[in-house]
Amino acid sequence: MLPTLSVLNLNGAVPQIAVAGAGMLIMLIDALFHRGSRRWAAYLALLGLAVALARVVESGASAETILDGALARDGLGMAFALVLIVAAALSVLVAMDYLRREEHERAEYYALILFATAGGLAMAMANDLVAVFIGLETLSISLYVLSAFFTGDAASREAALKYLLLGAFASAFFLYGIALLYGASGTTRLVEMGTAIRLAGTQADPLLWGGVALIIVGVGFKLALVPFHSWAPDVYQGAPTSVTAFMSVASKVAAFAALVRLLVVVLAPAAPLTSALLALLAVLTMTVGNILALAQDEVKRLLAYSSIAQAGYILVAAVAGEVGAAAVLFYLLGYAFTNLGAFAVVLAWSRRGEGRLPFSDLAGLGFRRPWTAAALSLFLLSLTGMPLTVGFVGKLYLFGAAVQAGWTWLAIVAVLNSVVSAFYYLRLVVIMYMREAEMPLALQRAGLALGVALAVCAAGVILLGLVPGVALDWARQAVAVVLS
Amino acid sequence: MSVPVYGYVALSGLLFLIGAIGVLVRRNVLVILMCVELMLNAANLALLAFGSAHQSLDGQVTVLMVMAVAAAEVAVGLALIVTLFRHQGATDVDEVSLLKG
Amino acid sequence: MVPADFLPILVLIIVAVGMSAIAIALSALLGPHKSTPTKLMPYESGMVPVGDARLRFSIRFFVVAILFILFDVEAIFFYPWAVYFRRLGLFALIQIVVFVGILFVGYFYAWRKGALEWE
Repeated sequence: MLPTLSVLNLNGAVPQIAVAGAGMLIMLIDALFHRGSRRWAAYLALLGLAVALARVVESGASAETILDGALARDGLGMAFALVLIVAAALSVLVAMDYLRREEHERAEYYALILFATAGGLAMAMANDLVAVFIGLETLSISLYVLSAFFTGDAASREAALKYLLLGAFASAFFLYGIALLYGASGTTRLVEMGTAIRLAGTQADPLLWGGVALIIVGVGFKLALVPFHSWAPDVYQGAPTSVTAFMSVASKVAAFAALVRLLVVVLAPAAPLTSALLALLAVLTMTVGNILALAQDEVKRLLAYSSIAQAGYILVAAVAGEVGAAAVLFYLLGYAFTNLGAFAVVLAWSRRGEGRLPFSDLAGLGFRRPWTAAALSLFLLSLTGMPLTVGFVGKLYLFGAAVQAGWTWLAIVAVLNSVVSAFYYLRLVVIMYMREAEMPLALQRAGLALGVALAVCAAGVILLGLVPGVALDWARQAVAVVLS
Repeated sequence: MSVPVYGYVALSGLLFLIGAIGVLVRRNVLVILMCVELMLNAANLALLAFGSAHQSLDGQVTVLMVMAVAAAEVAVGLALIVTLFRHQGATDVDEVSLLKG
Repeated sequence: MVPADFLPILVLIIVAVGMSAIAIALSALLGPHKSTPTKLMPYESGMVPVGDARLRFSIRFFVVAILFILFDVEAIFFYPWAVYFRRLGLFALIQIVVFVGILFVGYFYAWRKGALEWE
């Protein structure tokens, strides 16, 4: 069939086009008039994201294909796209003053954030394994460059190199998995692949199982699941803090979106085996992430290990497959606000030219910076899963979905892990309020944009925690509409 | 004389394995990057073999996409290595270990 | 042909390999070992070698080389289109123009940022 405009259905691809287009526009304008402040680039990025957001929000509960079937415009894709766009917008706000303070204010930063977001959107909406791969690579390659953004900083360069080598390694696994699944089913389209697998039954087809295993390894690397997590702490610590904030959220949202779609659309017939495999990974990820986090003495690295553990919690609901999809979505929405907020505070408090924020620097800040400290406490409580925060409701639904699908022991392990995590999260709160500073930290003035981002994050955490009903209904309705 | 599809797939599996072992064993950043390329091209070979087995073009189209993506990845990788070399004069992963772990 | 017919060839191979192995082993064991700079020199058709075989290129080549790889690889997307051009018609032409347009954004950026300047 020859391509026509109606087959492409470009109207549905407006979010990607707006985001990537804004990115290219930033590059063009910067190349033409490269002088002075780069604030305009941030505003242009926010504008592009706003257009994409408006398009995502107004899309009804229908399922249709875009770009000749490569992408799907359905409830599931649009919902994850929404979370991703919100996270990207918050990251832009967080980065604006930070980049200026660190004297690395360049327009390319925002362009790269937008390209990464476009890649993530492609992953969230992909109806084709090749589209997942291209989205994954667009996201990852942008993140490699962003990690190296502070070229003068040895830690930033090293983080980027580690990320690139292990990320490329993981991509190769993912691609080989795609090749094997293509061999098993004769198509790369997810929906058709699901049909082919269902028709063929799930008897031992080495191509199918090999493909599934390799894809899970590839996704596992991107999500930093144990035992594929070794890159994460170093990269999270070495990369510029604003980049860490973005990638800890965006790559998780995008990868979980692709994983959920894969589990629901393609691998539903193979559920018993994939669930067992994912459950094993979930237990390992939660436990190892939490235990290693206990031993940290620096906030950024602690949050890196905490992010690993959080991926484990989310995986608990992913194990439940279709039942857990809404819980995964809701938790990721809350996680976006919480984690971005926590990293934003780290970024506001850390010394100039230094990404680290040792625990000792926190001492006494509870009273010197009451608002920011209150916000950080809120985020930490939410990460722990304390009631009245989004973390509590989110975890309730995550573990509830697991119980509902018959994975009670997994839910119990997850709850025990949450209890362990309370030790290291709450220790930070204690240090902030209970300990006197030996050497008071010279604090930077937080900019307006950062303040706005923190306020939005805090409001999100509280609102979603107090009145989760609306968002939960939205999540449930969204994941019910899947192109299949 | 035609080679059966499984011959190509076995060869691609072997190449993939060589690449993966190379990534894990070698210490020079450039060699590691080359090993990753080998893995990607092994996947390309498998895609082509399966494509011809299924009589579909999807495999070939995918290979074109993968080649473009791999070029972008290598470009970024080489750029990073050059920056690293300029600052530290090192191309060995063991010499790049400021961050623990 | 039965396998037995190959027996003379096998014997010949064994003899040939054995003789040369003995010759190499004897000369390695008995011969004098003197290495002179001339002997260690790489052989370049009898000429005196100039410089190191592994040349260091100026880092200035690097950016150009990277850009070349990127734009070179993008050209693979033109081939399928060009081969099938007459059948694909106007709409595919528009698509290719859009694709080239996106490439040009990158090219323009590299050019304005000075990546193509020599000095």
